[in-house]
Amino acid sequence: MPAIELDHVTKVYRRHGRRRQFATLKSALLTGSLVKHLRPDESFSALRDVSLTVPKGACYGVIGRNGSGKSTLLKLVAGITKPTSGVVGVTGRVSALIELGAGFHPEISGRENVFINGIMLGLSRREISDRFDEIVEFAELEDVIDAPVKTYSSGMYLRLGFAVAINVNPDILLVDEVLAVGDEGFSLKCLDKFAEFKRRGKTLLLVTHGLSLVERFCDEAVWLEAGQNRTSGDPTRVVQMYLADVEQAEDQHLAAEDAKAQRTPVTQAPPGPMSEPAAEGAASAEPEETADVSEPEAADDDEPPVDMFVAKEGRWGSGAVRIEQVTLEGSRGPAHVFHTGEAMTIRMRINAVHRVDDFAFGVSIFSSDGVCCYGTNTNIEEMESESLEGEGEVVFAIERLDLVEGTYKLDVAVHKRDGFSYDYHRLLYTFRVKSRIKDAGIYRPRHVWRFTDNVRFKKPDDRSDD
Amino acid sequence: MLSNLRQLFRCRGLIQILVARELKARYRGSVLGFFWSFVNPLLLLLVYSFVFTVIIQRGEIVDLEPYAVFLFCGLLPWTWFSASLSEGANALLVGGNLIKKVMFPAEILPVVAVVSNMIHFIFGLPILFGFLWFYAIPLRLTELVWFPVVMAVQFILTLGLVMVLAALTVHFRDIKDLLANLLTLWFFATPFIYPMSVVPPRGKAFMDLNPFSHLAISYQEILFYDGPFGHWKWLLVLAVAGAVLFLLGYWLFDRLRDSFADEV
Repeated sequence: MPAIELDHVTKVYRRHGRRRQFATLKSALLTGSLVKHLRPDESFSALRDVSLTVPKGACYGVIGRNGSGKSTLLKLVAGITKPTSGVVGVTGRVSALIELGAGFHPEISGRENVFINGIMLGLSRREISDRFDEIVEFAELEDVIDAPVKTYSSGMYLRLGFAVAINVNPDILLVDEVLAVGDEGFSLKCLDKFAEFKRRGKTLLLVTHGLSLVERFCDEAVWLEAGQNRTSGDPTRVVQMYLADVEQAEDQHLAAEDAKAQRTPVTQAPPGPMSEPAAEGAASAEPEETADVSEPEAADDDEPPVDMFVAKEGRWGSGAVRIEQVTLEGSRGPAHVFHTGEAMTIRMRINAVHRVDDFAFGVSIFSSDGVCCYGTNTNIEEMESESLEGEGEVVFAIERLDLVEGTYKLDVAVHKRDGFSYDYHRLLYTFRVKSRIKDAGIYRPRHVWRFTDNVRFKKPDDRSDD
Repeated sequence: MLSNLRQLFRCRGLIQILVARELKARYRGSVLGFFWSFVNPLLLLLVYSFVFTVIIQRGEIVDLEPYAVFLFCGLLPWTWFSASLSEGANALLVGGNLIKKVMFPAEILPVVAVVSNMIHFIFGLPILFGFLWFYAIPLRLTELVWFPVVMAVQFILTLGLVMVLAALTVHFRDIKDLLANLLTLWFFATPFIYPMSVVPPRGKAFMDLNPFSHLAISYQEILFYDGPFGHWKWLLVLAVAGAVLFLLGYWLFDRLRDSFADEV
C-alpha cells in the first residue's frame, strides 16, 4: 500500500485582484462592470492533473522552478488544503516541516512553545514530556529553553521548530526547503535525521532546490513544471532533464538580451565623461574603453581597471566598418550557455561600405565582477591589415573555454590600429559558463591529480568532468 | 459535521493549552502581570460610573442605587461578549499561519477567543462580588444557581455568533470594521447603563429582540435586584436560540472550512 497517492489532482486558486481595479465607482456602475468584476474571473491552477505514487519507505524528491506547484503539492498531502478535483490518499501519520515553528508564540518561553507546538502536531502532553529532553538537546537550546521565544535568533527558532516536528515521530515526513535556511551544522544534523528516518522505513517527501541532495538522497523524484508532472522516476535522470531545461531557458533568456543588444544605437564617440570626439590621430588621448581591448598593455597606465558595472555597455564608432551581427556558437550550434572546457566560436558578420586598409579586430572577455579575463586583437597578434571591403565574416574560435562557472560578457570591436573605433560593441554580449565542479577563480587550467599509492580516496566520483 | 463536532471535543486539550498561552502571553512583560485581569474591570467600572454618575446626571430614576453595582452587573458580561466577538471575528486571520502551514482544526481559533475572554470574565467576578458585599446587597442561593446557567447561555450564543463572523470575515474583511461600529451601537442599545424601565414602550419590542438585553437583565435580576429570578422564561428561549445559532454557525463554518487555507 503506497504511503502517498495522488490521483489526477488539480488545485485551482481563485484570484480576486480585479476588485481594486475600478477607475471610479461611477464608471463601474455605468459600464456595468461592477458585477462582472466582483466575480472571481481569474483563476490559477497551481497543480494540473498530477498523479504520483510514493511507496511506503521511499524518499521522494520534488523539484521544479519557483511557482511550479511544489509547495501546493505538500500542502495537499499534509491535508492543509483540499484538491479542487482528484483524490489525495495518505496512509499514516503526517508531519509537515513546511513552516518551522509556525505556531510559536513569541512572548512565551521555548518550553511552553514546545508543548503547544507538539500538541498542535498531534502529540499528547505525556508524549511530549517523554521526549522533551531529546527535543531540547537536538535543538541545542538547553540554556535558553525558558526564555521567551522572541529573544531567540532565527536559527534557534528554526532548530526548535525542526526538533519538535521531527520528534512527532510521523510515518510520513514532508519537508519544504528546510535545509536552505539553517547553517552548515544544522543542515548536516537534519540530513542525519532524515537518514535515520529512511532506515526506519518511514516515508519522506522532500521539496528542494538542492538538486545534489535529490540525486544523493532520494529513491525517486518528480519534476513539476507549471503545475504539471513533467517527468518522474529515477532521481538522477529527472535532475539531469531538469538541469538541461534550466540551461535551455537561460540560453533563451541570454539570446533575447543579445537581440536587444544588437539593436543598441550607434554613437559616434564612446559614452561617458571621455566623450571627446576620437578624432584621427587622437592616439595620445585614447578613450579609456578603447584602450582596454586594442591594447591591453594600456592597463598599465594610471587608468583605473575597467569595472563592468562602471563601464557602460554600448556601441560606438565611425561606422566605416560595421559589425552587423555577432553569434556565439558552441559545439552544437548557437548557444549562450557553455560548459567549462567546451569549444566556443565567436562569429562576426562585418560590412565595410568603402575600402579601408587600416583596421584591426578585437575580442575581450570580462567576468561578471569586471575582471578582464582575456583580451586580444589582430594588431597585438601582429597581423598587418591590408584591405577590407564589402561584407565578410570574422571568426574567433576558442578551442577550449577553460573558464570556471559564471557569467561573462564580451567586447567585440573593429578599429584602426591606433585605436580609433569603426564599430565598438562594449559588453553587449553575455554568456554563461556552467560546470559541475565549483572551483574558484576565473581560469581552469587543464589538470590531473596524481598520488602515490598510500594516498587513498574513497571510490572515485564517476561523474564526468563536464 | 457531527464527526467534526466530536473532533472539536477531542481537541479540548489543545483548546486548553492555547487559552493558557493566550492568557500568559497577554500580560507577559507588564509589571502587574496577571493582576491586570482584576485591575482592568475595576478601572473600567470607575470610568463608567464616573461618567454616568458625575458627568451625566441620571435624573429621577429610582431603584438604581448603588449605580456602580448595577452597571457592573451588565458591563462585565458585555466585555466578555464584545471582546469575544471582535477577537473571534479576526481569529482566523490572525492565526492564518496555523491554518496555512499546519494541519490544524480551524474552529479551535474562534473557540479559544471566546474561552479566553470567559476566563477574563471569571477573573473579574471577585471584583463584582466584592462590590456586592461592600454595598451589602443580599444574595440568595436559589437565585445564584441560575448564574452558571446564564453564563452557559451567553457562552453558546457568543460562540455561535463568533463562528459565523470568523468564517465570513475570511471572505469579507469589511466585517472587521463594520463589527467595531456595530458593537458600539449594541452597547448603547442594551439596558445595562440604564434600566429597562426607562425605555419607552415603542423601544421595548426592539429591546426584546436584542439577545444581550435578556442576558443583562438576567445578571441584574440575579445579582442586583432583590426578589425572585423572574426572567428565566426569556433565558430559556435564548438558550434554545443560542443552541440553534451555534449549530447553524458551526454548519456554515464547516461548509467554508476548505476555503480558509486558500483565502486567509
